[in-house]
Amino acid sequence: MRIVLAEDLALLREGLIRIFETYGFEVVDAVGNGPALIKALTTHRPDIAVVDVRLPPTFTDEGLRAAIDARRRFPGLPVLVLSQYVEPIYARELLSDGAGAAGYLLKDRVMDLDPFIAAVRQVAAGGTAMDPEVIAALLTRHAADVPLQTLTPREHEVLALMAEGRSNAAIASRMFITEKAVSKHSNNIFAKLGLEQCGEDNRRVLAVLAYLKS
Amino acid sequence: MTHDRRQPPAGIVGATREDLSTVTGSDQLSPPAGPAPARSRPGQPAGSAVALRLGLLGQSVLLVVASMGGACLATVWIFTLPFAGTPLTLGATAPVRWFADRHRRWAAGRLGAPVPRPYQPASGEGWLARAWAVLRDPATWRDCAWLLVNSVTSVLTCGLSAVLFLGGAFYLCYPLLVAVTPPAVFRQPLGFFQLNGTAQSFAMIPVGLVLLAIWYLTALRLTILNALVIDALLAPLKHVELRARVGQLASSRAETIDSQARELRRIERDLHDGAQARLVSLGMSLGLAERLLAQDPQTAQRLLAEARESTVGALSDLRNLVRGIHPPVLADRGLEGAVEALAMVNPVPTTVDFRLPGRLPPPVESAAYFAIAEALSNAIKHAAPRRIQISAEFAPGPGDTAGLLSILVSDDGHGGARIGAGTGLSGIGRRLSAFDGTLVVDSPPGGPTSVRMQLPCELS
Repeated sequence: MRIVLAEDLALLREGLIRIFETYGFEVVDAVGNGPALIKALTTHRPDIAVVDVRLPPTFTDEGLRAAIDARRRFPGLPVLVLSQYVEPIYARELLSDGAGAAGYLLKDRVMDLDPFIAAVRQVAAGGTAMDPEVIAALLTRHAADVPLQTLTPREHEVLALMAEGRSNAAIASRMFITEKAVSKHSNNIFAKLGLEQCGEDNRRVLAVLAYLKS
Repeated sequence: MTHDRRQPPAGIVGATREDLSTVTGSDQLSPPAGPAPARSRPGQPAGSAVALRLGLLGQSVLLVVASMGGACLATVWIFTLPFAGTPLTLGATAPVRWFADRHRRWAAGRLGAPVPRPYQPASGEGWLARAWAVLRDPATWRDCAWLLVNSVTSVLTCGLSAVLFLGGAFYLCYPLLVAVTPPAVFRQPLGFFQLNGTAQSFAMIPVGLVLLAIWYLTALRLTILNALVIDALLAPLKHVELRARVGQLASSRAETIDSQARELRRIERDLHDGAQARLVSLGMSLGLAERLLAQDPQTAQRLLAEARESTVGALSDLRNLVRGIHPPVLADRGLEGAVEALAMVNPVPTTVDFRLPGRLPPPVESAAYFAIAEALSNAIKHAAPRRIQISAEFAPGPGDTAGLLSILVSDDGHGGARIGAGTGLSGIGRRLSAFDGTLVVDSPPGGPTSVRMQLPCELS
């Protein structure tokens, strides 16, 4: 898999490159600021961009903006955003084009290598990977939106795990239920959110998006 | 009685209510509200210039009549003085101050600049102490002097303007009066010459026109003159104003230094007990793992896993600390984005409506953010609301003066919030007072609650 990496701190950039290479990925370019990221994405058209939210020259959410900008030019370009902190509002912006293939994780997650690499693969394959902290922040909220209120607690749980980017098999083992039960729950979720007509992958993304938007 | 209480700042609250409590940067000097300045601008159509003057004419008549009432009020008030210490003095003070406030507001509208209230806050308990405080306040005596002066200056300015208009109108209608009245009446205009017949009475029309022209030309000037007299006597004396300002600055500075020192101590303690401790434990785990790697690889692996856990904990501690110092989303997105992020994870449905034309200065942004966050968590903790609304707008100041950021956090909970009842609202007041900001809480029992904050600042 070909990766473009955007991270301004050399220490972390080298660390990430080492991890990716250990797992056999090819880091085709590693850049340190927003404009360079856009250029690298245009030149290399990688399988996935792994981007730090905070980049020079503004040292604000430059990385996120560049990623969203790049996805406008190359729809569906897989982007995994890493950050020292997570804001659900950023997750919503990242997913708002409905194209999926987006992830938003705390940098802490990088240390847990296998799940991190699984998330990278998931996003590159067009799925989503939301940090459990984003999900937790959203769970504290009273879901006032009518469609989400009709979900049972069990369905809520499935949707939260789906938002984290887990497959049906992973959700099943996590909730100690069968995969069949998971797919029954997720069909109920799609029905309640009015997503029966869309393709499987796409509606998973749309369901997660509905979850973030509520 | 509300006369010793600060009036809520202009533009956000209409009236003082019993359940309305305020914490302000300047307790005794506040700009009362006033309508927009009423001066005719060049290029204005003639019709509206006349309408403006006719409006002022109506006000003039009212002011002259009121000035007579004011003189009576002053007389009553002076006569109650020998009985100082009786409720009568305080009772008479309230209408005097109300009367003066109305005039301040009127003058502010004419001058286009606020005429501040000069009263010192009532101190002490009981009628005697309060009456004594009222008597010691120089503003009380200047009010009284103004009431007496006003009965003369009002007549000389507004009264004169009214007389000019009425005189002009009178002579303009003179031929009509001559025609409809018996021959003996209205035959000696201006007192020194005799008119014979209606035809001759048309000679008075130019007099009427001249008087109306003088009225038209002087109406605005006379009004401004009256407003200047009011401003001179009813606004606080410069040195009193400055003394109050110095006192307020000293106390807000002390509070700011205090809270900063407290904040630094908290950060130091959090670092010491949190991230630092976790890094030490991380180092110990790694050291042990290094030693055991050869003899006992299994234990070494367990220690390495522990070390990783420690770093996750340390990062989480640091993240929480940073959020408390300056939330990253505030740096990234400014006040609006940060408040939207707050609203997004709020357990109560929250709408955000911001109308800010630019980015606020970072210190104001941070103060406003933490004030909103505090008001929000206050509402959720105590009021059990079903819905919360946060709105903000910015009004640029006239000329070079600072603009005003107004923020409103309202909820439909059960109300009863009071400044000073807990630490939350007082904390917001302290935060805002460092920026000369104000906090007004309106929260009757049963709700709804509105928390209004204002911060003078400039946009970048």
